[in-house]
Amino acid sequence: MERELAEARQTFFTECAELLQEIENSLLRLEKTPEDQNTINSLFRAAHTIKGSSGIVGVESVERFTHVVESLLSRVRDGEVGINGGIIELLLECRDHISILVERAGAGENGGPPGEKEEALVARLNALLGCADKADGRKNGETEEAEATEQVHEGEAAERAAGTDLWHISIRFGANALRDGMDPVPFLVYLSRLGEIASIATLHDSMPQAAQMDPESCYLGFEIDFRSDFSKKEIEDVFEFVREDSVIHILPPRSKIGSYVELIGNLPEDSVLLGELLVRGGALTKDELDEALKLQSGFRAATDGLSAPGQSPYIGEIMVNERMVYPELVAAALEKQKKTKEHNASETVTIRIDAAKLDALVNLVGELVISSANVEQHARRLSDGSLVESASHMARLVDEIRDSTMKVRMVPIGDTFSRFNRVVRDIGRDCGKEIALEISGGDTELDKTVIEKINDPLMHLVRNAADHGIEGPEARAAAGKQAMGTIRLNAFHDAGCIVIEISDDGRGLNRTRILEKAHSLGLVANTQTLSDRELLGLIFEPGFSTAEAVTKLSGRGVGMDVVKRNIEALRGTVDVESAEGCGTTVRIRLPLTLAIIDGFMVGVNGSSYVIPLDMVVECVELSDADRQAADKRSYINLRGEVLPYIRLREYFNESGGGARFENVVIVQYAGHKTGLLVDELYGEVQTVVKSLGKMYKGVKGITGATIMGNGRVALILDVPRLIQSIELDMAV
Amino acid sequence: MKIATRKNKGSCKMRIEGEMNIYAAQELKVRLLDCLHNSLRLDLDLSKVSEIDTAGFQLLILAKREAGFLNKGFRILAHSEATSGMTGLLNMTGYFEEKDGAGNGSRLEKEREA
Repeated sequence: MERELAEARQTFFTECAELLQEIENSLLRLEKTPEDQNTINSLFRAAHTIKGSSGIVGVESVERFTHVVESLLSRVRDGEVGINGGIIELLLECRDHISILVERAGAGENGGPPGEKEEALVARLNALLGCADKADGRKNGETEEAEATEQVHEGEAAERAAGTDLWHISIRFGANALRDGMDPVPFLVYLSRLGEIASIATLHDSMPQAAQMDPESCYLGFEIDFRSDFSKKEIEDVFEFVREDSVIHILPPRSKIGSYVELIGNLPEDSVLLGELLVRGGALTKDELDEALKLQSGFRAATDGLSAPGQSPYIGEIMVNERMVYPELVAAALEKQKKTKEHNASETVTIRIDAAKLDALVNLVGELVISSANVEQHARRLSDGSLVESASHMARLVDEIRDSTMKVRMVPIGDTFSRFNRVVRDIGRDCGKEIALEISGGDTELDKTVIEKINDPLMHLVRNAADHGIEGPEARAAAGKQAMGTIRLNAFHDAGCIVIEISDDGRGLNRTRILEKAHSLGLVANTQTLSDRELLGLIFEPGFSTAEAVTKLSGRGVGMDVVKRNIEALRGTVDVESAEGCGTTVRIRLPLTLAIIDGFMVGVNGSSYVIPLDMVVECVELSDADRQAADKRSYINLRGEVLPYIRLREYFNESGGGARFENVVIVQYAGHKTGLLVDELYGEVQTVVKSLGKMYKGVKGITGATIMGNGRVALILDVPRLIQSIELDMAV
Repeated sequence: MKIATRKNKGSCKMRIEGEMNIYAAQELKVRLLDCLHNSLRLDLDLSKVSEIDTAGFQLLILAKREAGFLNKGFRILAHSEATSGMTGLLNMTGYFEEKDGAGNGSRLEKEREA
């Protein structure tokens, strides 16, 4: 029991985080469209769920406070309290407070008296509730009469609408129900406990002739009119155990006649008999039924004549056209159906899985990939045709398993992006700026662990853009820009990487100030000339973060070194582009996943190296002429293009003389092509990345290692770093 | 389940005791049809039935219907709490009281009145 409760608490905390996010998103949406009833409803639901579940798992502090919030929201929902900026501000503060309470509860602090802040918030909430009460009282007096007339209208409408307040349940039990121990009668008895069975008709027409009748099969069906306050779901749940084999239709009260007619059409029994049953039960009036059936068949006949049977109008439409049902009623019913459907869909499309289980699976798949490579190698060595075929078939399946396992870990980045709405909004308010956040590419997916780790650096960059990048309204007006600044978050896939861009249309980076600062810090010699990229890259240097003069003027530098470090820890890179006066774009490139990559294996002096396949552009043999020339200079001629290269033999200090032939693997990263000189090309391999551990953290040019099918170790090249090192060499 | 039948001048009186459920359904079906085929009328005494399930109840419907087809008499002389509860719940009391096979109807009516 104790353990179950602990698990429930865990679920509660996870859910709370999601619900709080939902509240925040809804509030921000409401700020733009205060009248949006759907948003108000989802806001209320989220608060309601938090209150309910906190009560269940016994987190009283959250339950107590959320209750007050919920009361206000319910007034808002009923239109008694109007939405305005003040209320949204207050609710956002309340949301933050709930989040703090939940965190405290997570840390094991429960209860205790409400703090000062909470009391202040509750007082403000109560003030709003009190106002609403007063307004309510006044309104009631004035509008009593109006309501009375309204009721009369409603009564008439209800009378004219088809149906009564009875549910109609139509059920045909499966033939095996009795044999399976699912006797229908106890279900009916149970049903009668949820409400009142107004009428029931037992149908036995499907029972065959005495000779063929199997006494152990079930031939019964029931038409039930049922009065109950329970929801459709709850009524459905009564028949949960027989749902699979049985035919069950549940029509809610006041269903449109069309539904009944459709039901009649769907059931095996004689339609006239069934229609009469419905009439007898009071679900339909006789006239309505006749009319509906007549009209439907009439239309069929008419359209059949035109040899277009598919075009016969829906019975619902007929009803509306003939004014038997009001269009609103049909629309409402459809809306309701749609909602139930959506609800069901969202319930079934996701399941929660313990992240540890997933990691274990990914690890196993990694091992599987290795051993499948092993099997394939052995198969090739034995050169047994059928064995090779089986092995390659298996390898293909392992490939697919690997891909789908990786996909399980992929999460769209949109959720992370939308969290910044609040950040941008709050900063905008604090600094008196108008800032819009535009998000695109939110459905771009990447590894969950990467998403978690990218959150902080992104937060830093967005804050910087809002705080320092975007100018105040006056400055913008002076520069001839729109008063409202824009920050764009964009994500897209590019060559095995995901690219995330954070751009603003603010003042841009001031290169002169950056250079001055770099000189004063001694990062750059006075005589040194820097490329634009290098110059802007300086803002990622550790010393820059603390320099107040630069942050004020250039608008960058707060913790940028931390941002860069975090991104590099994910094997990613970060770039800046900036045009003074027009804005800045920070571009982050990250690998899609950290666990398994497709690699291209090469050999240098007998050792194996793996190059991430996504970065390989092509392979060419190094011609003799080039080879001789290459010894003297650090580039080769690739079809008339200058291609800088690295000789891996030298880079990794592999001993031994040069091989007779050398190959060039041309890799591309962030728009730069580079050649890697290697001895041998082995081809594609699947690579399970194993980290090298802290000991080798300082080793440049290698991101990790992998175990090959033959049990030997191959090193995985860090192409971005290799390219960087060439650029440095060339700069010197 | 125990079944006792007594034939008298072409009519068959059947008294069922105990559980009228799916475990006894096969046997009950045979006995019911047997009686119907070999006599003009079937009278059922259900007063000692302790329990009835859907399988048992279906057989009552089958017997009633078969009697109609064969133009023979069918009636339930006495209900137990279980069987009357079931017929009531399923709204079938009226069905079993309907007049059965032509020819016997009037006579049965008279008997019931008497």
